[in-house]
Amino acid sequence: MAEVTFSKAELERYSRHLIIPEFNIEGQRKLKEAKVLVVGTGGLGAPLIQYLSAAGVGTIGIVDFDVVDDSNLQRQVLFTSADVGRPKVEVAKERIEAQNPFIQIITYNTQLTSENALEIIRDYDVVADGTDNFPTRYLVNDACVLSDKVNVYASIFRFDGQVSVFNHLHEDGTRGPNYRDLFPSPPPPGLVPSCAEGGVLGVLPGIIGSLQANEVIKVITGIGEPLSGRMFIFDALSFETRTLNLRKDEKNPLNGKNPTQTELIDYEMFCGIGQENGQTANVKEITVKELESWQAEKKDFQLIDVREGYEYDIANLGGELIPLAKVEKAVNKIASDKEVVIHCRSGKRSADAIQLLEQKYGFKNLYNLKGGILAYADEIDQSLAKY
Amino acid sequence: MAKIIIPTPLRKFTNNQKDVQVKGQTVIEAINDLINEYPEIGNNILNDDGSIRNFVRVFIGDEDIQALKNEDTAIREDAVISIIPAIAGGIS
Repeated sequence: MAEVTFSKAELERYSRHLIIPEFNIEGQRKLKEAKVLVVGTGGLGAPLIQYLSAAGVGTIGIVDFDVVDDSNLQRQVLFTSADVGRPKVEVAKERIEAQNPFIQIITYNTQLTSENALEIIRDYDVVADGTDNFPTRYLVNDACVLSDKVNVYASIFRFDGQVSVFNHLHEDGTRGPNYRDLFPSPPPPGLVPSCAEGGVLGVLPGIIGSLQANEVIKVITGIGEPLSGRMFIFDALSFETRTLNLRKDEKNPLNGKNPTQTELIDYEMFCGIGQENGQTANVKEITVKELESWQAEKKDFQLIDVREGYEYDIANLGGELIPLAKVEKAVNKIASDKEVVIHCRSGKRSADAIQLLEQKYGFKNLYNLKGGILAYADEIDQSLAKY
Repeated sequence: MAKIIIPTPLRKFTNNQKDVQVKGQTVIEAINDLINEYPEIGNNILNDDGSIRNFVRVFIGDEDIQALKNEDTAIREDAVISIIPAIAGGIS
């Protein structure tokens, strides 16, 4: 390979790296030669991509299928209000090219899937996982292990952050632990109900994504001790940090003692996604249009909202607020002599409430509002805030 | 008494306490003492057979109990036990 050289403009740009003795032009050369794939251009991706670009990583690939949404702007500081509706990778490319014209950006405006992951990852040296869901977490991990790539991992939830370097190549040729050594399988959907339990403190991905960028740079340049075989934990509420020791699991299906998995699998199925739809399909439903006509004709029915109080405060349909966890205690408030419409944000929790009330208490007059308050906001009342 | 640090996603089950003092000679006794006090957290930590669920790791200090004697690892009076859940992102 031809020797990597720098123009005068580049030398001046990177001079604060070049004058660190442990880093110097050798480290800068390794960065320029490196190819890093960033999966997810969201909260973690924003600081990650910007710092990798500023640092002078020669080739950065970015994968995301999403467009910029209003609800992203609280934490995804790569984007502005004017970008809402545009593909994230397109906006990211624009910003990065303006930030550093000396590097190359390759965009993949697509979802990373079992079909395309190995093909996309193949061209890169290091992968940085900044995704937001379990199926993609396992997909990125497995693809990295199967392709012998380092996976710099970061994850956030509400006030908690985690960072680690998975599948790191040791000097003796062995690889460090990976995500499956840590968590062999994800929590079943529904254990943590999705829309009720989500959310993230806006600044947290800024903190954790910056740590992730730092690990990517260490892995590439070989300086310091990468966070391999260890996981950093940050609790933004208590400001407690811990660095825990990770170990390899003999039962790891990818590279344990008796590997059983040699290719990518169906990760939605692995994470149990799709299976819960079957459970909710057998409750009676009404559409938001039917609900609107019931309201218009002043029909005598009861409307119950099983979301949390803090969700009710964002937007509501004037229903009686009985959060899902309190439904059983409030069972005597639910009418049995007329139709009762139960709703939540998108229809999952209300279906769970109806199943419980039907099976345990014998209700026969309950209707799930299909699509929840989100569908109502889309189709009936555009003044309602969506979240 | 040993201390169990509760991660933020599970604090709703412990009246928002970030750590809970527990009794027990082993990890499993300590966890069962926690569940005894806050029964709703149980399903998030243990399988029906009492083993630790696949999407949760338990550490004593900085060490994974799997590197020790797993659920039967003996704990000292001043042990700090961490429960680390799998988290995927803001929408999961």
